[in-house]
Amino acid sequence: MASIELRNIRKAFGVVEVIKGVDLTVRKGEFMVFVGPSGCGKSTLLRLISGLEDITSGEMLFDGKVVNSLAPSKRGIAMVFQSYALYPHMTVYENMAFGLTLEKGHDKEEIRQRVEKAADMLQIRQYLDRLPKQLSGGQRQRVAIGRAITRDPKVFLFDEPLSNLDAALRVATRIEIAKLHESMDNVTMVYVTHDQVEAMTLADRICVLRDGLVEQVGTPMELYETPNSVFVAGFIGSPKMNFISGDKAKPFNAETVGIRGEHINIVPSGGTWSGTVIHTENLGADSYVYLEMGTEEPVVVRLEGANSYRSGDTVHISPMDGKVHRFDGAGKPIL
Amino acid sequence: MGATFDLWKLIKTVLFYTAVVFIVVVSVFPFYYAILTSFKQGTDIFRISYWPTSFSLENYQAVFSQGSFPRNLLNSVFVASVTVILALFLAVTAAFALSRVRFRGRGFLLMVILAVSMFPQIAVLSGLFELIRALGIYNTPWALIFSYTIFTLPFTVWVLTTFMRDLPIEIEEAAIVDGATPWVIITRVFMPLMWPALVTTGLLAFIGAWNEFLFALTFTSSNDTRTVPVAIALLSGGSQYEVPWGIIMAASVIVTVPLVILVLIFQRKIVSGLTAGGVKG
Repeated sequence: MASIELRNIRKAFGVVEVIKGVDLTVRKGEFMVFVGPSGCGKSTLLRLISGLEDITSGEMLFDGKVVNSLAPSKRGIAMVFQSYALYPHMTVYENMAFGLTLEKGHDKEEIRQRVEKAADMLQIRQYLDRLPKQLSGGQRQRVAIGRAITRDPKVFLFDEPLSNLDAALRVATRIEIAKLHESMDNVTMVYVTHDQVEAMTLADRICVLRDGLVEQVGTPMELYETPNSVFVAGFIGSPKMNFISGDKAKPFNAETVGIRGEHINIVPSGGTWSGTVIHTENLGADSYVYLEMGTEEPVVVRLEGANSYRSGDTVHISPMDGKVHRFDGAGKPIL
Repeated sequence: MGATFDLWKLIKTVLFYTAVVFIVVVSVFPFYYAILTSFKQGTDIFRISYWPTSFSLENYQAVFSQGSFPRNLLNSVFVASVTVILALFLAVTAAFALSRVRFRGRGFLLMVILAVSMFPQIAVLSGLFELIRALGIYNTPWALIFSYTIFTLPFTVWVLTTFMRDLPIEIEEAAIVDGATPWVIITRVFMPLMWPALVTTGLLAFIGAWNEFLFALTFTSSNDTRTVPVAIALLSGGSQYEVPWGIIMAASVIVTVPLVILVLIFQRKIVSGLTAGGVKG
């Protein structure tokens, strides 16, 4: 169990500054997800926490102790890599036991018990004698997670662990990671992803990063309901939030109005806005209607059940009360 | 129409196999003739024949009974083996630093290593001789081990560096998180993955050391410290004017056998090693 505190952390590679002063606290036992577009520095930040990269300036504290120059293995962390990073020449058992065999003071029996316990948790016990190349992608990633569990870390670091898996496996493994977090409630987890669905479903709190700076930190629902910038509003939620600016936003006394697809009603006539249907998508449980109404991107309306709108139809829409996000010219919310 | 097509096909096939036979004959004939000669005897040797006419093991008996050839063979085995072990140890550790540790002048250092290997042996012979005299290892196997290692290292370091550079960085990072020191990473994580490259470079280093002549001639002076190539060259016949071709050929064949055995043992690994290095750069 450990809390992680970042104080004005900066990281530069040569003259390029990637992390530009991050202040952040990850609480004990929390599942924190770093999310952001590619190149925002989220993976770098994770590597700084792991100790694989050196911090250029600032302070990193684990449980109140500065760990800036502490080697990764001394920080009590374990890491799961995007590419699994299993040792190809070792069996699953050897892969999982490797870290413990390097630490002094573990006898063979203890190591065996810990490996088998982790293997049972992840249901990979029957694969212990196999080599990584004899496993599928999902099994390999479970082994990588198992290797991390075996070390009994205080902090669990995940670097986009699901992005090499196919869609079905991704959902299954995501659920497994969520269960893992529940069963190991004294372990702090930090998880990096560019997929906002993973962030929303897994996180206790999400940290949205942009260009090496923290944009907003909060629970998934806080980010969904009260994003503190256009960037966060657009990044969190699926389908993406609709942004309407210019004259059409004037009635709301804002430069830009943000409204989520699920918060728009289609009205028979006299709605706030009107547009032409350009495309519809029926997903069964819900359906999306894309409207052309002079905005940068088409406006998406999310409806329950199937719909029967056709391209070319003119539709009147109104936002639900209290669900409109108003932003000023700088992209900040007007409260 | 069909007939001319078939004829053309036939001509192509014939030409192709003619070329194959030509290449095989040209490359294999010297070895074939050496083996043939080694089984001949007396004046038979000077009669040119391309098929075995007589068979005798006398030359082979002569090689082992005469002079210090067995001793020379052992010297060669010792020198070549120690050279390989030493060169691989130094090269693996150097390759780790050159491929995985970021430091100023790394590219320059790699270039220097390559440049050193461009000097011909004869250019450094006198300097190396002085060095060996100063170290007090003249006329010992260590003089040869020392000089062979120097000449093998640039190639070995380069091959292993490129190979190690291609190993996924995440595996190393996973090992670091697991608490592995650089030495543990090299020996327990990288070396098992590098077997093909190690076998290939090790074998080439062994062959180089096994066949080397100039240094072996210069840095040894007594019969007991010589290696096989020099010993063969200095084999003498019954009189000053007789060159004992039969014995020389027998000795040459004996010397080739260990190499053939080594190559056969490691054949599969060499092939995968060469392609792995080739494809990955």
